[in-house]
Amino acid sequence: MELHPHKLWHFHGGLHLPAHKELSTQLPLLPAPLPAPLPARIVLPLQQHIGEPTQVLVKPGDQVLKGQLIAEAKDYVCAPIHASTSGTVIEVSEQRVPHPSGQRAPCIVIEPDGDDRWTDELPAALPDYHELDGATIRQRARACGIVGLGGAAFPTAVKLNPQHPIDTLILNGAECEPYISCDDTLMRTHAHDILEGLRIIRQATLANTCIIAVEADMPDALISLRNALGGDEVDGIRITSVPTIYPTGGERQLIKVLTGHEVPSDGLPLDIGVLCHNVGTAQAVYQAVAQGKPMLSRIVTVTGGGVKQPRNLEVLLGTPMAELIAACGGYTDSVERLIMGGPMMGFALESDEVPVIKSTNCILAAAKNEIAKPAPAMPCIRCGECARVCPARLLPQELYWHSMARDLDKTQDYNLFDCIECGCCAYVCPSNIPLVQYYRFAKTEVWAQERDKQASDIARRRHEFRLERLERIKQERAEKHARKKAALKQNKDASGDTGKAAIQAALERVRAKKAATQVQAKNIDNLTEAQRRKIEAVEKRRQEKQQTK
Amino acid sequence: MLIAILAISILAAVFGLLLGYAAIRFKVESNPVVDQIDAILPQTQCGQCTYPGCRPYAEAIAAGEADINQCPPGGETTILALADLLGREAKPLNEEHGEHKDKRVAVIDENLCIGCTLCIQACPVDAILGAAKQMHTVIESECTGCDLCLPPCPVDCIEMVPVKEELEDWKWPYPQQQF
Repeated sequence: MELHPHKLWHFHGGLHLPAHKELSTQLPLLPAPLPAPLPARIVLPLQQHIGEPTQVLVKPGDQVLKGQLIAEAKDYVCAPIHASTSGTVIEVSEQRVPHPSGQRAPCIVIEPDGDDRWTDELPAALPDYHELDGATIRQRARACGIVGLGGAAFPTAVKLNPQHPIDTLILNGAECEPYISCDDTLMRTHAHDILEGLRIIRQATLANTCIIAVEADMPDALISLRNALGGDEVDGIRITSVPTIYPTGGERQLIKVLTGHEVPSDGLPLDIGVLCHNVGTAQAVYQAVAQGKPMLSRIVTVTGGGVKQPRNLEVLLGTPMAELIAACGGYTDSVERLIMGGPMMGFALESDEVPVIKSTNCILAAAKNEIAKPAPAMPCIRCGECARVCPARLLPQELYWHSMARDLDKTQDYNLFDCIECGCCAYVCPSNIPLVQYYRFAKTEVWAQERDKQASDIARRRHEFRLERLERIKQERAEKHARKKAALKQNKDASGDTGKAAIQAALERVRAKKAATQVQAKNIDNLTEAQRRKIEAVEKRRQEKQQTK
Repeated sequence: MLIAILAISILAAVFGLLLGYAAIRFKVESNPVVDQIDAILPQTQCGQCTYPGCRPYAEAIAAGEADINQCPPGGETTILALADLLGREAKPLNEEHGEHKDKRVAVIDENLCIGCTLCIQACPVDAILGAAKQMHTVIESECTGCDLCLPPCPVDCIEMVPVKEELEDWKWPYPQQQF
């Protein structure tokens, strides 16, 4: 793929939104550990990434040290969890987690001891990372629990193992969503770490070209990166400023802007030789490889008219959001609702007791009237504005009709799963239809139906197997019965002959024996007439008796 | 005239042979519609439709003996899918056969179980594990929630409990219609 050095392309649609980033970038970054003193409890959900859940290694009462592995990854698509500070495990239980459902999920709760003492079992720092091979880097990223910090929280080690050769490695610093400025802050303060992280990722994926994309409205971040790199394009790494159009920071949109190529609908950026990582992920990779530090903290933007001193903070993972708000001076009187993420793609939180997790980039405490409350939806007038702004070139109106009618097959015919839920369509909709909510509903509904289908296929197989088995047992029984019957009959027939023969033989034997043992009378010579007659009479009586018997 | 009759007769014979051969060569073992209907049914094998399992019900639907709204576990989704497949009018669930409930699984109170094996014999998907005079237990992931193990249990130690929703199984609710 030939890159034209300075040419940029456009993606379809998109919006110019008021950025509101200055709100949180006035005050400097507040470094970790935060807030000081440490929070009363650290809540670490067992699943902070996309993929399989982790397995707990600790139990209540255990002492843990900062950086200690407390939940391990057994599966490939999984990221382990480390204790973000030292203290005592007080619970392994269901706690509120930042999730649109507001549900609880299994978490490890740690009561910090305040010492913030590091474990001495950290992986070794590898300062000569320029010479490492891909496998070592991947293993380190995996062991340190690194996930993509752009929002999706996909385990980075998996992405560092591309199945195709990588031509272009893109570092995404285009933080396009209004209010959020954590990546901007990171680029301003940790440009060196980001660049080194990029070099490590390049080492692991053997990418030819690297591009760091920064939005045009982040001049300070651009200058900071340029200073760290020593120019605009050095050593195969190029820093590019991209126009501020929402959602430039979307993976597919950014790839289109930088390379002019489109990621296929059912494919991955890998299919066109592109790999995209967030700038925060690059910094985390640098810390893991060069310093041996697991992922324990991240930068979070706390902003909005609902908080007194909006700013960026480096926060230990597991810190309750209320502590962050307190560190920013607390709520203002006009606070109305709390959103994790930005106003376009974020979701409302029911409580500020939920912890900061690996994917928490922003906490938006919206004041009254700051973010338009959804006005009553009106019928669709088919104006087509939504299709004009859709960055994925979908037909939001059609998707809406079919989602509303719960016709899930049709929504997939219109490529529902290419929707990135950016919210542009709902933003421009003159009828205030909550379009994204319909797409989210349809997506989760499709997944649920697929799960049900799989379960019912298994049930069908088990039921058919059972019927087969019952039939087989029935047949076997019938056969056994028939066999037994046959054997019995044969026996009976046989016993008819042999039985009689046996009786006969027995009689013969008795007769023979009798004959053999026939007693011959002795002393019958010289008998008197009277004696002979007496004997004859006795003999006659005996024979008579035998006959009557 | 004779040539025409001859030609038609030969053609008829040729096509007849062709059709006869095709009927044997491409013979369909089972009714494909039954398979399609069976694929839509939820496979709980609960018998609430009055047929002894999902496939017999599918066969009855295909034969026109049963209506498409007799499956409470499948509920509206199944009825809509069946209506779509068969080109029939969708109708509400026939309440004679029960009402649609959220998915549940059987749980055996192991303190009460006497090991009689009656539930094992009743389970249509072999989801109960145990032996005579041994404690029984339900393999939760295989249980379809059909309730068939409840009536035979002599000590009423089986309970149907709703499945706990995992975070990754959570569904976004249907947006509220405001107009």
